[in-house]
Amino acid sequence: MHNKTLTELRKALHQREYSSVELTRHFLERIERYGIQLNSFITVTTDIALAQAQIADKCLQSGNAGPLTGIPLTHKDIFCTNGVKTSCGSKMLDNFIAPYNATVVEKCQAAGMVMLGKTNMDEFAMGSSNETSFYGPVKNPWDTQTVPGGSSGGSTASVAAHLTPVATGTDTGGSIRQPAAFCGLTGLKPTYGLVSRYGMIAFASSLDQGGPIGHSAEDIALLLNVMAGFDKRDSTSLEHPQENYTTHLNDSIKGLKIGLPKEYFGEGLDAQVGKQLDVAIKELENAGATLHDIQLPHTYLAVPTYYIIAPAECSSNLSRFDGVRFGHRCDNPQDLMDLYKRSRAEGFGAEVKRRIMIGTYALSAGYYDAYYLKAQQIRRLISNDFTEAFKQVDMIAGPTTPTTAFKMGEKIDDPVTMYLNDIYTNAINLAGLPALSVPAGFVNQHPIGLHLIGNYLKESRLLNVAHQYQQCTDWHKATPPNFV
Amino acid sequence: MPLQKEDVEKIAHLARISLSEQDIPVYTHHLSDILIFVEQMNSVDTTGITPMAHPLDAVARLRPDIVSESNQRDHFQTIAPQVEEGLYLVPKVIE
Amino acid sequence: MTWETVIGLEIHTQLATKSKIFSGASTAYGATPNTQACAVDLGLPGVLPVINEEVVRMAAKFGLAIGAEVAPRSVFARKNYFYPDLPKGYQISQYELPIVNEGQLQIEVDDKEKTIAITRAHLEEDAGKSLHEDFQGSSGIDLNRAGTPLLEIVSEPDMRSAKEAVAYMKKMHSLVRYLEISDGNMQEGSFRCDANVSVRPQGQKEFGTRTELKNLNSFKFIEKAINFEIERQIDVLEGGGSVTQETRLYDAEKNETRSMRTKEEANDYRYFPDPDLLPVMIESAFLEQIKTNLPELPDEKKQRFMQQYNLSLYDASTLTSSRELADYFEKTVKASNSEAKLCANWVMGDLTAFLNKNNLEITDSKVSATQLAGILRRITDKTISGKIAKQVFDAIWKGEGDDADTIIEKRGLKQVTDSSAIEKLVDEVITNNPKQLADYKGGKEKLFGFFVGQVMKASKGKANPKQVNELLKQKLL
Repeated sequence: MHNKTLTELRKALHQREYSSVELTRHFLERIERYGIQLNSFITVTTDIALAQAQIADKCLQSGNAGPLTGIPLTHKDIFCTNGVKTSCGSKMLDNFIAPYNATVVEKCQAAGMVMLGKTNMDEFAMGSSNETSFYGPVKNPWDTQTVPGGSSGGSTASVAAHLTPVATGTDTGGSIRQPAAFCGLTGLKPTYGLVSRYGMIAFASSLDQGGPIGHSAEDIALLLNVMAGFDKRDSTSLEHPQENYTTHLNDSIKGLKIGLPKEYFGEGLDAQVGKQLDVAIKELENAGATLHDIQLPHTYLAVPTYYIIAPAECSSNLSRFDGVRFGHRCDNPQDLMDLYKRSRAEGFGAEVKRRIMIGTYALSAGYYDAYYLKAQQIRRLISNDFTEAFKQVDMIAGPTTPTTAFKMGEKIDDPVTMYLNDIYTNAINLAGLPALSVPAGFVNQHPIGLHLIGNYLKESRLLNVAHQYQQCTDWHKATPPNFV
Repeated sequence: MPLQKEDVEKIAHLARISLSEQDIPVYTHHLSDILIFVEQMNSVDTTGITPMAHPLDAVARLRPDIVSESNQRDHFQTIAPQVEEGLYLVPKVIE
Repeated sequence: MTWETVIGLEIHTQLATKSKIFSGASTAYGATPNTQACAVDLGLPGVLPVINEEVVRMAAKFGLAIGAEVAPRSVFARKNYFYPDLPKGYQISQYELPIVNEGQLQIEVDDKEKTIAITRAHLEEDAGKSLHEDFQGSSGIDLNRAGTPLLEIVSEPDMRSAKEAVAYMKKMHSLVRYLEISDGNMQEGSFRCDANVSVRPQGQKEFGTRTELKNLNSFKFIEKAINFEIERQIDVLEGGGSVTQETRLYDAEKNETRSMRTKEEANDYRYFPDPDLLPVMIESAFLEQIKTNLPELPDEKKQRFMQQYNLSLYDASTLTSSRELADYFEKTVKASNSEAKLCANWVMGDLTAFLNKNNLEITDSKVSATQLAGILRRITDKTISGKIAKQVFDAIWKGEGDDADTIIEKRGLKQVTDSSAIEKLVDEVITNNPKQLADYKGGKEKLFGFFVGQVMKASKGKANPKQVNELLKQKLL
């Protein structure tokens, strides 16, 4: 059951091969068996899942079911779930029972999906390895000595180990795509504004986007259908007409122009990863796409720019965590200053504190122009690079990550080294473009990902290319040996 | 090093985060590394470039002036650390 | 050494919308604590602001009314600081691109007009309230007010006396109520004023160091507070010291200003454009629509009153200080068929006196414009005298009757205008007071008043005073 695609599961449920309750129980058992080992779950919502599965079964019986009715999923613990703990991977929210549902959660519920639990993540979505979580690191099912990537490490580890068929994640600088690459999965960051941010605990407001994670392009297209859509509660939500992202999966990609930025294939990319990617890109060519050399000259500035803008926004977004209305509060505060300073020092981990402080500095008097303003100007230059490129090509391809999953503990002590994991992914968030990572093979038995970047609102096209790629390769069907 | 101890103390104070004496050198070191790293931004001339605050350069959507929220005080206050008579309590604020 | 005072005012007025600026919670005053603080107002993790369109409309209305440019594109910015009544740890305000740019306001002081320049006006959200009643050494926070829309109006430092500051504040208060963008209720905190005060030697170009006086919430207190502060600063400077730039609170009981202890260092607000909100665009069509629907503004009305009703600057200003008062006056003039000046005197005089005594607003007046018009009509057509009219007014106020005629009838207050009847009384009075007659004839001209009084008394006040005067003049020759 756990190796089936969403389409296969839906068929089975509609044909009453098994019920949603049985399917849910199956995944819950797997979670019990493997979850602790991988540490990919913060909360398992057994009772809620079974109750939702029962409702789904009734819908299925009465013929009132949609494409994903009765299908289980997990939510990254950054999405508020009413009545259920929502920790954001942090001690600050260890005691936080969300009093409302995020729009994404409501939509999945309305689609009849079954919530298995809330998955582990880097604290407040800050990290590229899922090692900053208050709840401990998540292990990569492909090699438990290595990291699954971050910040949606719990989401990807769970899907990769078949503890859930699909998962929601969020991506601010690569947090869906990078762990998807490390875990051999397909993960999409949509165009900024396509998926509502209401109820998605904010890290960097102008960069954050929620998105689907699954085994295949088809599966995540189905989940994107549920997640995407205008939300009047989010001022940055796009009033884009509802699309069906599965409609064009089977379109031919003959004549598709794919740009290969020279900046992506030079220094910084592991040689073996590069070689494997060449093979992957060749597949696209075989399927009819044409390859073109392009330039994105400001690529080298993406990481520094990101690491000013994201911390600046988060330093402000995280000010609400003050021990007054919710969340962690220190014992016996002596006065107001003590309440703030100790609650926040105790509640936040080191990486979060670092980013808050860098952000505070970048916005402070005398430094705003040199740091924040400058970064926002470079952001426009980076975005313009893509605008220019998309005049020549339809899509851009490259590596998702410079290396395969690294060992746990290897980079956690050096922030800048950790930040460089994002060299290929950051720029996309700065520009607000959609991008996805598809499994593109293995290097030393560790998965790698092919990164595909599309123009604004071209998710359908991206999923189409990924799907076509998955018709002539089967990397996406591989399962980590210990989690069959 | 771009940052000194006093700078870090000032930043931590602005951000309302207490740092222990042992922590300060570590943070000073890491924060300085990050600032050195972002110095690269100065390699490009951005004179006359309009800053980009939003990816899509979109404009505000306004909502109608209608009361759409009802009283959920009890619900919201179940998760509050300290509440009395419906008020959130904090150490006394001196004015 | 002559000193010149320099004053600038910052006014925060709560906009009278039904819901908050960024959420759909109610803005109604006086609710039980935290019952009007929704998830967005509480700053719960994951919530987002959405702008209330009425707030934009009201700000644009204000901008047009002060002759300012309403920004075609304005941006909301975060003002970051920590305080318990500020749930998100930042206030959504406007910084570099406010919605309203430079404008002006005319004030009248001592019968002279002066223009005060307004630097800008911008939108922001209000914070909650800290209640300091002792909860075992803690303060209680009520977030009902958090998210209420505010328009912050900043003037240039153009005022040169506390009197001018009060005039500006009163005019602004009247304007926002004219525009119906605020109820201006100072007791409820809908209209708050901070004053920046400094002094400098007369003729000096540079401004002196200024202090900020916070939360002056009545016209009376503003004047006192500013005057105290001016004196205080002069004392300091004349004593060889220097004025510290700081925030001070006014203590009404002691009539003094005191330094606020809380702000040890200047706050670094780290303003940056709010990434959750997009720039507000205002089209010219939108502005045109507002322009055509603007009510007649105080200054226009004042000018018109001066021309149309031949009133003095002072009278016109007083009558147009509130839209309701102006409407009452005009209704009275129309319905009474009487001279505008007569109506003006009654509205500014008797009516206002009664309202003040009973602590009522014009809208709660116990004598309506129609009823007052009825009284004045009877003065004009000489049915009653001005003095008797006051009795009628009092009677209607107390609910004795619905209109002037009813009271006049009931109490038999009709003026006596029958010449022969009056002549009879005049003759009687002259006959009955031979001594006074002799004295008057002998040169004591002041006694004329005595005779008038006696005739009025004899007629129980009903004799037409003019006729009495004329007849007495004749008879006493």
